[in-house]
Amino acid sequence: MNDLWNGIQQAIWLTLTLDADLVEISLRSLRVTLSALFVSCLIALPLAAILAVRRFKYRRLIISTLNALMGLPPVVVGLIVYILLSRSGPFGVLGLLFTTHAMVIAQVIIITPLITSIAHQSLRELWSEYHDLLISMNTSKWQRIKTLLWDGRRALMTASLAGFGRAIGEVGAIMIVGGNIDHATRVLTTAISLETSKGDFALALALGFVLITLALAVNFTTHWLGRTEREGRW
Amino acid sequence: MFPMNACNLSVKVRQKHIIGPINLTISEGGITVLMGPNGAGKTTLLKALHGIIRLANGQVTFATPAKTAQEQQSFVFQSPIMLRRSVLENLAYPLVINRQDKQSAMERAQTWATKIGLSAHMDRPAPFLSGGEKQKIALARALITSPKLLFLDEPTASLDGAATVEIEALLSEAQSTGTTIIMSTHNIGQARRMASRVLFMKDGQIDAHSAANAFFDTPPTDAAQKFIAGDIVL
Repeated sequence: MNDLWNGIQQAIWLTLTLDADLVEISLRSLRVTLSALFVSCLIALPLAAILAVRRFKYRRLIISTLNALMGLPPVVVGLIVYILLSRSGPFGVLGLLFTTHAMVIAQVIIITPLITSIAHQSLRELWSEYHDLLISMNTSKWQRIKTLLWDGRRALMTASLAGFGRAIGEVGAIMIVGGNIDHATRVLTTAISLETSKGDFALALALGFVLITLALAVNFTTHWLGRTEREGRW
Repeated sequence: MFPMNACNLSVKVRQKHIIGPINLTISEGGITVLMGPNGAGKTTLLKALHGIIRLANGQVTFATPAKTAQEQQSFVFQSPIMLRRSVLENLAYPLVINRQDKQSAMERAQTWATKIGLSAHMDRPAPFLSGGEKQKIALARALITSPKLLFLDEPTASLDGAATVEIEALLSEAQSTGTTIIMSTHNIGQARRMASRVLFMKDGQIDAHSAANAFFDTPPTDAAQKFIAGDIVL
């Protein structure tokens, strides 16, 4: 109980004094996660719309695979990305291992199936609602995809937030590919892990509270900007 | 574009025969009303003529190339499908997808919103309006491109008298400005008011096809006679 109270006190203190290390780690956490989210959304949302609208061979297989990959173990992803980016790996020449780029790549691999699957569920329902209308209007496939993405934007925002939640709380993969290097690749989750292993529970808790606050702040801001849960909206 | 010819048209759903073989010619102008008991195949025939369901056999041809003919048709569904957008954006949608510039599309949409008495609700989300209002939007959205051929599937099935009068007025006006209309209805009174020709369907076949006056004065088949008399046609 003492540790918890100390953690809260320290979190308040670190936040109020804008502790330089805390600010740096928090900003890096946000930067890595938001970059991964941006790249993932670029891949996942159009893919979800295509899977909803188009019928092609292996479509069901792709959907089943994506659903299965939602539970992809991050440590395994980290290991695979590590091997691919390590000096002896096929992409070793790029020199990305132990950089924030490697962390972004790992997070993209982890959250893309999650965002695609959730977005696909929503867009599939929207497509069944719009199907006859859009077909009767002689719309092109691209127009259908664009219409679904626009009209389903609030559901897609939820899918993206689920991806954000998974990415910002991720530790296993980014620890492996980022290396938790101070002032380079250390983020909130890896810092918490480090402080815990050092036995500095108060600081670990303080970082944890900051992490939770960041995640909540991003969620609230997105919902506020998206004007969800207001009368006459979807 | 006219005449529209359906030749040996038949539709199957999961190997079950739904309608056909049907041979039919629709000339330009007037309102052709499709009547018949539930399950006779009215909706399927409308969708097959419009080209939004796959034909098991036969074809539908026009005097113009298929693509041009497709662009000059609109369809209004029994349950109006509203895009998750405002009234104005719903009305402008067919113009926008036909690459009309957004400004003029919106101006035209405003004119139609006023015409259907929804100028006060232009910015409201269309799916939250009443059934009658949604059906008026669906009809206005179908007419905004000035189609040469308009299909309607029981457009007033769930509407009250006042809304029905408004819909019928819009249809009469569209017909007088050169739109050929094919609509299904269960409402014998509406068929008497609107029809210039009647197609009576039974068991997936056209049981009778004649001018409206002749159909109602001397029903050409027993089933048509029973239907007009208000008897149950099995």
